Amino acid sequence: MIAPLIEIRDISVGFTGKSGATLPVLRNIDLTVKAGESIGIVGESGSGKSTLALAAMGYLKRGLRLLEGSVAFQGQDMFARTRTELEKIRGGELALIPQNSGQSLTPTLRIGAQLIEALRLHSDVPQSESSAKAIELLGQVRLPDPAAIMTRFPHELSGGQQQRAAIAMALAGEPTALLLDEPTTGLDVTTQAHILELLRDIARDRDMAMVYVSHDLGAIARVCDRVVVMYAGEVVLDGSTRQVLKAPVHPYARGLLASIPRLSDPRLPVALDGRPPAPGGAGQGCSFVDRCALAQDQCRSRRPVLELLPSGESVRCFRHEHAEELSLTGSGAIPAKLDIDAVPALRLDDMAIRYNRPRLFDKLLGRDSASVATVDGIEITVAKGETLGLVGESGSGKSTILKAVAGLLPPSDGKITFAGGEALAPEVEQRSPDHLRRIQLIFQNPDDSLNPRQTIAQILEQPLKLYFGLSGDALHQRSAEILERVRLGAHYLDRLPSQLSGGEKQRVAIARAFAADPDLVLCDEVTSALDVSVQAAVLDLLNDLKSTQGTTYVFVSHDLAVVRALSDRVAVLYQGRLCELGPSADVYATPSHPYTDVLLGAVLEPDPDTAPTLSADDVVELSPPARGCSFQRRCPRKIGSICDTDAPPWRYRADGHGIRCHHTIEDLEAVQREDVAERCA
Amino acid sequence: MTLASNPPQNTPWNRAMSVLRDVISRPSGAIGLFFVVFHVVLAIVSPWIVPYDYKAMNSAMMLTGPDAAHWLGTDHLGRDVFSRVLLGGREALLVTGVATPIAVTWGGFVGILFGLIGGRVDEVLMRVVDAFLSLPWILKMLVLIVTFGTGIEVLIPTLAFFYGIPVIRIARAATHDVVARDFVSAARARGHSRLTIIRRELLPNVLDTLMVEGAMRWSWMLLAFSSLSFLGFGVSPPTPDWGLMIADARGFMSFAPWGVLGPVIALSSLIIGINLTADALAKALGIDRAQKAPV
Repeated sequence: MIAPLIEIRDISVGFTGKSGATLPVLRNIDLTVKAGESIGIVGESGSGKSTLALAAMGYLKRGLRLLEGSVAFQGQDMFARTRTELEKIRGGELALIPQNSGQSLTPTLRIGAQLIEALRLHSDVPQSESSAKAIELLGQVRLPDPAAIMTRFPHELSGGQQQRAAIAMALAGEPTALLLDEPTTGLDVTTQAHILELLRDIARDRDMAMVYVSHDLGAIARVCDRVVVMYAGEVVLDGSTRQVLKAPVHPYARGLLASIPRLSDPRLPVALDGRPPAPGGAGQGCSFVDRCALAQDQCRSRRPVLELLPSGESVRCFRHEHAEELSLTGSGAIPAKLDIDAVPALRLDDMAIRYNRPRLFDKLLGRDSASVATVDGIEITVAKGETLGLVGESGSGKSTILKAVAGLLPPSDGKITFAGGEALAPEVEQRSPDHLRRIQLIFQNPDDSLNPRQTIAQILEQPLKLYFGLSGDALHQRSAEILERVRLGAHYLDRLPSQLSGGEKQRVAIARAFAADPDLVLCDEVTSALDVSVQAAVLDLLNDLKSTQGTTYVFVSHDLAVVRALSDRVAVLYQGRLCELGPSADVYATPSHPYTDVLLGAVLEPDPDTAPTLSADDVVELSPPARGCSFQRRCPRKIGSICDTDAPPWRYRADGHGIRCHHTIEDLEAVQREDVAERCA
Repeated sequence: MTLASNPPQNTPWNRAMSVLRDVISRPSGAIGLFFVVFHVVLAIVSPWIVPYDYKAMNSAMMLTGPDAAHWLGTDHLGRDVFSRVLLGGREALLVTGVATPIAVTWGGFVGILFGLIGGRVDEVLMRVVDAFLSLPWILKMLVLIVTFGTGIEVLIPTLAFFYGIPVIRIARAATHDVVARDFVSAARARGHSRLTIIRRELLPNVLDTLMVEGAMRWSWMLLAFSSLSFLGFGVSPPTPDWGLMIADARGFMSFAPWGVLGPVIALSSLIIGINLTADALAKALGIDRAQKAPV
């Protein structure tokens, strides 16, 4: 038998809490990684997955202590080694690729210099050849024009390119194992898919072991042979990717899978209620007991051990034989479909938004600035009671459009009409109190949208006082009622946002918007900052509020599956221009706009049997083209110069489903059907 | 879990108390606060505890060394140095104690307002502030004092005015950080007035920075006040004042160093005390630039 490459034996890691007690972050973890094996570590935020990965390098964050156990790399104890020894191994034999490479690359050094330094420290490439070797490495991570990239500074690269440069640096030391800490989180879907394919190929070609830490089961499914599921600092399930993702035997893993919205399923995902215990907060029993549907008395009194099953999986659950009783795709609600009124709730007429102001020089000479509008030609009508999804990658202008509707960013052209004909003033300061009340905005990150110095009561009071003039008991009562509506109790009123979990905070933000009794709610990536299990609960809440209040939503997200779960109609944006607009079921089926097709192809399903199709390059464009189709530079189905010069016409496939492309619907249908056939073959 | 089931009451009073506890629990905070409280208490009670009349001269005992009767010796007019040191901080603490809150209040308000308005108005104001700060402070202050004369009624507004100007900078910078956050956009989108946004969204988030800034300004203001006295523009004799005492005793330093040493130690212990407290306060409030505690 070959000795394992990384061998983690029974480690516990903890910190000293305010009370002086030792609080464990990792509890008795065993993990072995064999050479060439690729292991995924999944879990929600706070589950200890990153701590575990870093511990494998013999590193603990400040304040954390190794309580017991050992970590061996190539048979030698990592925590017993000296600093100099560790410095040799880290970045050499054992390399780390962090989540945000933009922050881990030195901003003042060119990529080439950083790469050559890595080569000097961790390889025996002679100095005279190091430059050539660096270019070769950049080529291996599929960066276009590696020689030019060598001379760039990190900020001159896009997020995906930075991540590739970080991978090249990690490869410089010819590592036998790569640790990856959420390497694709925060990247666009197409970029993410490309990076994952790259990692897969590199690991296979070099026979490198990978420890891939992620909350994203879709990414794990793509790159890992084995998956370790963590919960509250413990390993609860360990098995092959297929076993864990297809038929997990731990209730938590099943809950996690059921909470992921799927492209193929129009139903809302099932929420996993509750939250994991804080470090040291787990009682005598199983740490998952409070959220488990299968929990029995023994689960409360005794802590289950990690049990090796005949199938090769290890599971920490007394009731794993019954796990299959829990549905995987489950009983998620069908999104509420309201009777769509003929009266439009919102109309955007040929709206354009420019960020760049005319330059002084241009103004003095009285000439037009050459700038291209960030968002242009937006024509959307949202019916009353409808949910319109706006999707696109970063830079597609989706949030910009929301800000314009909210009055925070006045459009430079076009008109916004509200509730069937009332013109909306472009700036929030000029809007009538009635308009202000009827349009509410919910932001992406509740940590940023809730004032950390205000209690929940003070946060909810603001709209209630402003719009309804409530005070005293009436105010308090109304605040409590609103909290109940977002499924939080009145006892939350005296708390500060920092005393709430991420999901609870987002509910407060939702409660604040609904306190105004709005007609139109603008949701800006409202679930992006949340864990999947919490995301499902928030989607369910939004759906519930919509059906009881008859609210119209404009729902912005980069996640196509999330949009599908909630939207009646979907608008796809690229570089601030509409590509496709139609009922969600139609948009998600073929034929679709080439860009929609690219996006849908890049979505990762938490299923090892699916593979993304990468039909376009993951280049990040900084500004839209001045003329022609917005997608011209990346389109895999580009016809020719007509795409560069003429704005594509709207082509209607069916009633209310438009695709903006020079190809006819029939053409698109034919090529896309061919593609599907090819993929199946 | 424990956090969720048993939340502390989030009243401003409770927060202030917990910050105070935090400050005291740090060595720098405990030592600093001790000096500050000591000096403030001393300034209040000193007229009743001094052993000698501060202005009683004795031509028979000029510049005598420390002994049992005169712990810090006597000055060139035969006055008891110890008594004068005990009394010497009263004027300084009174003037700066009143001027500091005024400086922080007006500077803070202007800074927050312009931080919120932003744009060209803000740019112009900041250039004016820059221009102002580029002049040596003592020059500006002397011009005002020479024009309006000395005395508390001139010194308080003068110090409050000049020391409010750098506060504008700090408050504006702190406001810029807050204005960029979504809760301010949310308040704007709801249609709140500018004043409400300042009061409810900005001020609570800028207040911590202003408090630490206020403490720092206080120590600098004390130094400035003593410098003015030293130059003869602050307190007029025979009122005892540390700055003035240092100026008077400076000529005899080579053979009667106690005349300088007493007021110097008193002044520096107060200023070090304030600085240590400010440092601990910044750490307790989590706005310290040094690394935050992990986990």
